[in-house]
Amino acid sequence: MATSPAPDYRLIGGRIPYVEGPLKVTGRAEYTDDLNRPGQLVGRLLRSPWPHARLRSIDVRAARALPGVHAVLTGDKYPIPFGVLPITHDETAIAVDKARYIGDIIAAVAAQDERTAERALALVRCEIEMLPEYADPRDGVGKVPEPIHARGLNGSNIQKEVVQHFGDVDAAFARAAHTVRVKGTFAGVTHAFTEPMATIAEATPDGRLTVWSATQVPHYLHRALAEVLGIPMHRIRVIKPEVGGGFGGKSDPLPHEIVCAALAIETGRPVKILFDREDVFYTNHGRHPTQNDIRIAVDAGGQILAYDIAATIDGGAWSSFGTVTTYYNGVLSMGPYRVPNFRYHGRRVYTTKPPNGAMRAHGGTNLRYSIEVGLDRLAETLGTDPFDLRDRNALPPNSTTVNQFRITSTSFRACLAAAREKSGWDAKFRRLPYGRGIGLGCGFYISGSNSPIHFTPVMPQSTVHLKVDMDGGIAVHSMQADIGQGSNTLLAVIVAEVLGVDLARVHVQRVDSDVSPVDLGSYSSRVTFMMGNAARDAARQLLARLLGAASELTGRAVEDLAVGPERYFSRTDPSVGVSFEEALRKAMEESGALVASGAYRSPKMGGSFKGARAGTAPAYSFAAYVAEVEVDAETGVYSVPHVWAAFDCGRALNRLAVEGQIEGSIHMGLGQVMGETMNYRGTRLMNPSLLDYKIPTPQQMPKVDILLVGEDDPEGPFGAKEAGEGPLIATLPAVGNALYDAVGVRFTDLPITPDKVLKGIDQRTKEGRPWKGA
Amino acid sequence: MPPAPPVNFRLNGQPIEVSAEPARILLDLLRDDLHLTGSKRGCDLGTCGCCTVLVDGRPTLSCLTLAHLVDGREVTTIEGVSPPRGLTPLQRAFVDVGATQCGFCTPGFVVTATALLRDRPHPSRDEIVRAISGNLCRCTGYVKIVEAIERAAAEGG
Repeated sequence: MATSPAPDYRLIGGRIPYVEGPLKVTGRAEYTDDLNRPGQLVGRLLRSPWPHARLRSIDVRAARALPGVHAVLTGDKYPIPFGVLPITHDETAIAVDKARYIGDIIAAVAAQDERTAERALALVRCEIEMLPEYADPRDGVGKVPEPIHARGLNGSNIQKEVVQHFGDVDAAFARAAHTVRVKGTFAGVTHAFTEPMATIAEATPDGRLTVWSATQVPHYLHRALAEVLGIPMHRIRVIKPEVGGGFGGKSDPLPHEIVCAALAIETGRPVKILFDREDVFYTNHGRHPTQNDIRIAVDAGGQILAYDIAATIDGGAWSSFGTVTTYYNGVLSMGPYRVPNFRYHGRRVYTTKPPNGAMRAHGGTNLRYSIEVGLDRLAETLGTDPFDLRDRNALPPNSTTVNQFRITSTSFRACLAAAREKSGWDAKFRRLPYGRGIGLGCGFYISGSNSPIHFTPVMPQSTVHLKVDMDGGIAVHSMQADIGQGSNTLLAVIVAEVLGVDLARVHVQRVDSDVSPVDLGSYSSRVTFMMGNAARDAARQLLARLLGAASELTGRAVEDLAVGPERYFSRTDPSVGVSFEEALRKAMEESGALVASGAYRSPKMGGSFKGARAGTAPAYSFAAYVAEVEVDAETGVYSVPHVWAAFDCGRALNRLAVEGQIEGSIHMGLGQVMGETMNYRGTRLMNPSLLDYKIPTPQQMPKVDILLVGEDDPEGPFGAKEAGEGPLIATLPAVGNALYDAVGVRFTDLPITPDKVLKGIDQRTKEGRPWKGA
Repeated sequence: MPPAPPVNFRLNGQPIEVSAEPARILLDLLRDDLHLTGSKRGCDLGTCGCCTVLVDGRPTLSCLTLAHLVDGREVTTIEGVSPPRGLTPLQRAFVDVGATQCGFCTPGFVVTATALLRDRPHPSRDEIVRAISGNLCRCTGYVKIVEAIERAAAEGG
């Protein structure tokens, strides 16, 4: 098994409890809704009850006249479009001219209290013209009578179309020994974080605007506020309190955040907008409902010759990250196997439903399910064990994919070996009794998007500032966003490790754009890799100053000095040394507090064709999961009692956090494969509550065996890669393939609910097919 | 408008009298009027458990409880569960095993598990899972939450 030799780290690789844990277990951690400003007003949003409607006029006079109402806003006041991607600005803070989904914001009010705000909203009168609604993306691929957005391709509702072809797919299929085709259908799912969105904004007489918001990407919010409100960024201050989960759902700059700021400017008073759970569901930005159609060609020996992939992706009403989503649904098939020929046709189509966007393992999940089911079928056709088939096709380390992704470290084969051995695969596969089954699914994900969303100005993707003063405490500033994944802890660990000091000396500061240097935030599994490298860079600069001072004090050359714990000492004579504080005071004699700024920018990579940057990353994670299922063939109800999760995140820097990410990912993946659904009747969301949108309960969680087998990545901080999103992907196909092993039915319509299991079993019985293999 | 009627109850060990509209919800009273923000608002529907408090020692969803229903009763919030200094063994276990991630659900879990361990100092795994089945967590898959409660129980929590 591939494990790197353990260098002599004090903290790295240990089980480090989260630094803010004591605040969270006592209820003392401060989330946005826990904060209040003096004189604060309540902001409320009026949401469209129509899926698609032209707003002929909106009469807010009665609402404005209501005592206790301080402002009523409609879309005409701040019509500048925005969106997370600069190339697809198609959102507005409040609907202008048209409402595009049930839940779209059409007016906003700031009032003295909730009741007054609600009454004011009820007084708003709209004159509208109903427009055609579009529930199914397939209905929007041609010219439509009323495109949802003017920017739809050739009068259609297509937001983005991607056509890519590398190698010669038709020739590869012509010479293939076997081919397989899987058509997958995937319902939309949503993040279901526990903290509803909340924003507070305050415009002060000094001409500044301060915004506190539950966001994963404070920097993109900062930019969007400046663009839409027409205020220079340096007059805006964005603060990120604790965030109660995001999973992608808080990564777009969201309309309500801009509305809140606009209301604060309008009223001169602080304004808070707090979402209820329905607001959260209508805001959505969850995983796209998707139909994909994938064909795989292999030779007689099971070597993959080609992929031919098509995907129709339901975008909902806005672009959001959709252009990226469209690329990812093709190009994230480029690992963990070598694919010499590749063709992709992806379309993301607007519908008049709540917008879809980035959700954990964005773009890589639905695609992967269909591929892994296809490989399972091919293994059966070939009479090959599914592990052997995958092992034979593993992408080698230090290689380049056909679309020019740069692959550096991969321990994928070690993942396969570990999962196979620990799960007892060879004794179980196709050998368990009817109703019990075991399945393999694999995964591949980016460890940080190589291309920043904004190209101007050219700047590092991550910057970390350190300041250490005479108190011996080290303040860490960065705009990275801890949303529960443990990035604050990781910052502290890296700084303490490099400087050789106690973790308790390191204080990670709350994100505040006035003092935190820009980091692009928590998305694309970029934080450990990019922020980690920036933190290490900053800490090494400080260490150089401290070692210089220690050298002066001890008379030993810097090269002779070793680091920590809490002191710098001679390697040749360990009795000669100085404490960290002695070195610090010496180093501060001339300059006062020591400061350092570290940064990370990923190397140039990728091809030069259109869309070449999508999916490029400085490293990739790999996974091989085995799931066991138990099916009640009478009812179709099934459980997943055990998952073996072999994962390559390079070196795990904080095992506690890596395990937490994998366990949480499995929970979320099981939710999608077993039952979670954004349930639409036409364009109306039928289940906008946590009662009707069911996430797995503790009873449904399997026993999880985590197998970390990664080798050090050459460019990751201390050899680390991501573990935040990649761990979700393999969960779904592992369960799907295990269900086939259990009852002999292939499921390609997710979620796989008990009724579908039962129907599948009935169908198989009717066709007289045996339940296992052959 | 007549003044809101008073509610008298014990809050975290201290007697308290507040006035509350008849329809006032306990969670709103705690968070907005009494500034006890440890109890979280996750769904307002009694589905997530983030707002769990103890009423006469029993885990209760404060978002589904009218303020006037606690008249004459004892309410304990996460602030009351927490000692003035340091952490309870259960809280310590939550920290040590990494049972918090985003932490938004954590106060509710701690309150629920505190009641469980008081009544059942050595619960089985099934009893733990049943006890926390009214609390949702989206980050941890519950793995380390169950582990924390088991550890606290093993250490005489």
